[in-house]
Amino acid sequence: MIEVDHLTKRYGPQAAVDDVSFHCEPGTVTGFLGPNGAGKSTTMRMICGLTPPTSGGATVSGAPYRRLPNPGRQVGVLLDASAQHAGRTGREALTLAARTMGVDRRQVAAKLDLVGLNEAAAKRRVGAYSLGMRQRLGLALALLGDPQVLILDEPANGLDPEGIFWMRGLLRDFADRGGTVLLSSHLLREVEAVADRLVVIGGGRVVAAGDKDELLAGAGTLVRARDPLALRQALDRATLPATAGTDGGFVVRAEPGVVGQAAADAGLALTELRPAGSGGLEQLFLTLTAGASTKETVK
Amino acid sequence: MTTTIAAPAATVHRPAMVGPSLARLTGVELRKLTDTRAGRWLLAAIGLIAAAIVTVQVFVLDDAEQTFRAFFTPSLFPVGLLLPVLGILSITSEWSQRTALTTFALVPRRDRVVVAKLAALLLAALASVLVSLAVAAVGTLVAKATGGAGTWAFDWQLLPHAAVFQVANALMGAAFGLLLLNTPLAIVSYLLLPTVWSILAAMVTALRKPAEWLDTAVTMEPLLSAEVTAGQWGRLAVSLLVWLALPLAAGLVRVLRREVS
Repeated sequence: MIEVDHLTKRYGPQAAVDDVSFHCEPGTVTGFLGPNGAGKSTTMRMICGLTPPTSGGATVSGAPYRRLPNPGRQVGVLLDASAQHAGRTGREALTLAARTMGVDRRQVAAKLDLVGLNEAAAKRRVGAYSLGMRQRLGLALALLGDPQVLILDEPANGLDPEGIFWMRGLLRDFADRGGTVLLSSHLLREVEAVADRLVVIGGGRVVAAGDKDELLAGAGTLVRARDPLALRQALDRATLPATAGTDGGFVVRAEPGVVGQAAADAGLALTELRPAGSGGLEQLFLTLTAGASTKETVK
Repeated sequence: MTTTIAAPAATVHRPAMVGPSLARLTGVELRKLTDTRAGRWLLAAIGLIAAAIVTVQVFVLDDAEQTFRAFFTPSLFPVGLLLPVLGILSITSEWSQRTALTTFALVPRRDRVVVAKLAALLLAALASVLVSLAVAAVGTLVAKATGGAGTWAFDWQLLPHAAVFQVANALMGAAFGLLLLNTPLAIVSYLLLPTVWSILAAMVTALRKPAEWLDTAVTMEPLLSAEVTAGQWGRLAVSLLVWLALPLAAGLVRVLRREVS
């Protein structure tokens, strides 16, 4: 359970995170989406008590993170896989965390095994790890205390397709056993496959939040005609909000029936008419975050 | 009904709800001093330098002067030069290697982490005195075997003084590390400080008097002998207040407030 309540973080006059509120329920995976610099990492650091918020607050498992007596046993955190001492071995990094949390030492080997880091990899220094291996180590670290909540910032970064597939399974399984997962990404496709809920952030603000299926359903209708120009005019005439896709089609914020009727009224022959689905979500993502991506937060 | 289902789960998790004790955190911090190649080399260097000093003494001292005490005291000084570096690194590496992100996510009460680090350094400094004693003992035995005096005469007052000397050195390093949170900056400013003092004191006569109270190179000197007068303790206390307590307090505030990213 994660509750984020009107979190705001200002660096000087600029708000990196601006009045962000959402919550994550047990048994669900929440995808936290946004372009680079949208405020995802800052929000996650504030949830974990690493960055003091300018205003607002957040609780994890019912308490502010910094009040959790032994947070590693309740919340698994992976904020930056590269934030490991280059001179320590993978196993040593986990052993230190296990000792801090009071976790049985055998868990170190078990979690290394779980994330697919073998004996040879565990003995190597983290400095020699690839980004993918660091992500796996970071996941092992997050899972080490057998927490009920996972907070992961861009965990799929640097993982190969097989690794991404494996991680999805792991997170799905974690949520299905009653865990809460908050997972950030700047890639919609990555999150779409595993998330139940989505929180889309752009320019420090939440621009869309809700069930993935609802957001998908609300993503409108994909329509394509032999004559795109005429279709555009027909849609405009019917005052249906439409955005042009990259491939000649339009995503219209309306039911397929309404769109089809508008086309029929104009006497147009359609080549495609269907609920936009994930393509629509991508469109939504692009329009919602348009312009925000250029405003990379500078601290 | 949900509460009755949740209750056993809560009791199962009860042990996990207890935060790590300071003893456990100190153990973790001690481990961090030794679990990297850099850390191990630094500790090895401390031991090797103590041994090297004793070896040199065996060769250069007159036979009559080759006593346990003559081997022990000189080894304190170079070791006391490296302990602050150990102190600085134990703090600053968390920030330069960005492990602070994990450390403070696992222990959000940052003051406890800092206290554990200081405790670990205190133990390391005391251990270094034991190393100095051990190599001095070996030196004495070698001296005896090679025709030196090899007498065990030792002023036991020297032992607590040596302990204070090394602990102060290690903690001063930690204080500089906490205040500056940057490895090269902390090491350079720590090492430059005595030099700057001596240059300034040589140039500006008005500074000579304060230097007696503030230059740690001067105020800590008496600790290498068995006799420390009340006045010398006072000067030591004043200099440590300025160069240990103040940066430690300011550094602690800085670490508590700083954003970890």
